[in-house]
Amino acid sequence: MIEARELTKDYGAKRAVDGLSFTVQPGVVTGFLGPNGSGKSTTMRLILGLDAPTHGDVTVNGRHYRDHAAPLHEVGALLEARSVHTGRSAQNHLLALAQTHGIPKGRVSELIDLVGLHEVARKRTGQFSLGMGQRLGIAQALLGDPKTVMLDEPVNGLDPEGIHWVRNLLKGLAAEGRTVFVSSHLMSEMALTADHLIVIGRGKLIADMSVDDFVARASQKVVVVRSPEPERLRAALAGEGVSFEPAERGALEVHGLTAEQVGEAAATEGIVLHELTPQQASLEEAFMNLTRDELEFATEMEEAAA
Amino acid sequence: MNAIAPTVRVPRLAVTGRIAFHRVLLSEWTKLRSVRSTKWSLFAAFLLTMAFPVIFSFVTRSHWGSMSPGERAGRHPLDIALAGVNVAQLAVAVLGVLLISAEYSTGSIRSTFTAVPKRLPVLWAKLLDYAFVILVLMVPAVLASFFASQAILHNIPQLQISFTQPGVARSVLGGALYVVLVGVFALAIGAIVRNTAGGIATFAAIFFVLPPLMFTLPTSWNNAISQYLPSDAGRQIFALHHAAHTLTPLTGGLVFLAYCAAAILLAAVLLVRRDV
Repeated sequence: MIEARELTKDYGAKRAVDGLSFTVQPGVVTGFLGPNGSGKSTTMRLILGLDAPTHGDVTVNGRHYRDHAAPLHEVGALLEARSVHTGRSAQNHLLALAQTHGIPKGRVSELIDLVGLHEVARKRTGQFSLGMGQRLGIAQALLGDPKTVMLDEPVNGLDPEGIHWVRNLLKGLAAEGRTVFVSSHLMSEMALTADHLIVIGRGKLIADMSVDDFVARASQKVVVVRSPEPERLRAALAGEGVSFEPAERGALEVHGLTAEQVGEAAATEGIVLHELTPQQASLEEAFMNLTRDELEFATEMEEAAA
Repeated sequence: MNAIAPTVRVPRLAVTGRIAFHRVLLSEWTKLRSVRSTKWSLFAAFLLTMAFPVIFSFVTRSHWGSMSPGERAGRHPLDIALAGVNVAQLAVAVLGVLLISAEYSTGSIRSTFTAVPKRLPVLWAKLLDYAFVILVLMVPAVLASFFASQAILHNIPQLQISFTQPGVARSVLGGALYVVLVGVFALAIGAIVRNTAGGIATFAAIFFVLPPLMFTLPTSWNNAISQYLPSDAGRQIFALHHAAHTLTPLTGGLVFLAYCAAAILLAAVLLVRRDV
């Protein structure tokens, strides 16, 4: 469990994280979503105590990270930026970390095998590809068999097979009752992996809800309809909150009504329809809509203040 | 919505430990021995410590017959035996800076401080491990240098000196101790500056730029101040004779030790306070 209260971090005049409060629950995969530069990595560094918050507080499994007697058993983390000495082998990198907690050497080999780095375990990590670096980072995160797993953009640089593997890994970890907190800038990736979402933009909390609720809230009611009598159809559908936009090949895009409402109105008036297609906003659009609103709001506030 | 059966099982860890200082010491030892720069720097320090006295001894022996009395008087067997120390300290200082600055340049410091979030045990462990390895390396190196140079100079009675003569053992072993303290001082500078080039430049400024700069001061000021510089004070640990305007071996050693302690203290305070 991760609990953040009013978490704020300033770097000089720039506010990277702005009053974030959220709780990451065990037993589910929680996605941490936001555009690049929105403060996800900073938040994760604050959770691990690598950076100190300007205001606010964050605890992991009930304590500040640095107050745990065995932090590697509490939280396993993959950080976005590379955090391995390029002149050291993967084997020795993991061994040195394991030794701080008295974790046996066999555990290192076990995890190297699990992430498929056996062949290159004794090579200097400076020669690793991005994907191999990510695999090493995942092995590092799992080293202490932690109650909480926190991964920053884990699928970056992985091939499709690796991405699939990471998804199953995360779900398996959550099914075992662990807290799984995973960041991404891709909504589509989160939709396949996460149960719950924490969305931030410009360091501020935008949404904290289930993936299903997020999609429902963010998608708009849009229906594409084609009729030989577009004028009559417009008149039949017109009402408060309803707007029209021309679509391809003479079709009409109706905003603010469901497909059922459009079909029933057309039947009542006896208008022939050649096409009636509900447009589900894609997850990526839903995410963009939410973050764009937040960014526009922030820009307006700044302009008003100026 | 995510009801797919998990296919990746992470093996569970049978035993769980906790952070302990002896474990951090072992971890830092693993790090020390698992990068190439350690082996090369220490090999260079070991070789330089012995190579210079050997070469110096051979040159002295072959030229002794043609030297003037003044030149002969200027030669001292301990200066010859410890000629490599001033060169070896460079390799040891560079590695000292590198041991911590490379953690920052590669980002591995984030992994290190995630494993040991209280941070300070990492600094103590690095210092102890490094001091230990330099000591183990340098004591045999200075002893070998002393006895090798004495053996080469065996037919020049004026340059023979006994290891049991007062101050000789202290000077020879002091040469090793001085290099240990230089390594510790450089590591602390690396932790303060957190950058390889900056750390090495800072060390070089303190040890090689500052002392000659003192000669621009009026002589009386230079005489009063120079003896308290880290380099001059530290060098007294292995000086056999107490020259004018220098500290005694004990005082000089303590002054250098105080500089080391101050650098370590500053490094510790910054290590805990700064973001990584």
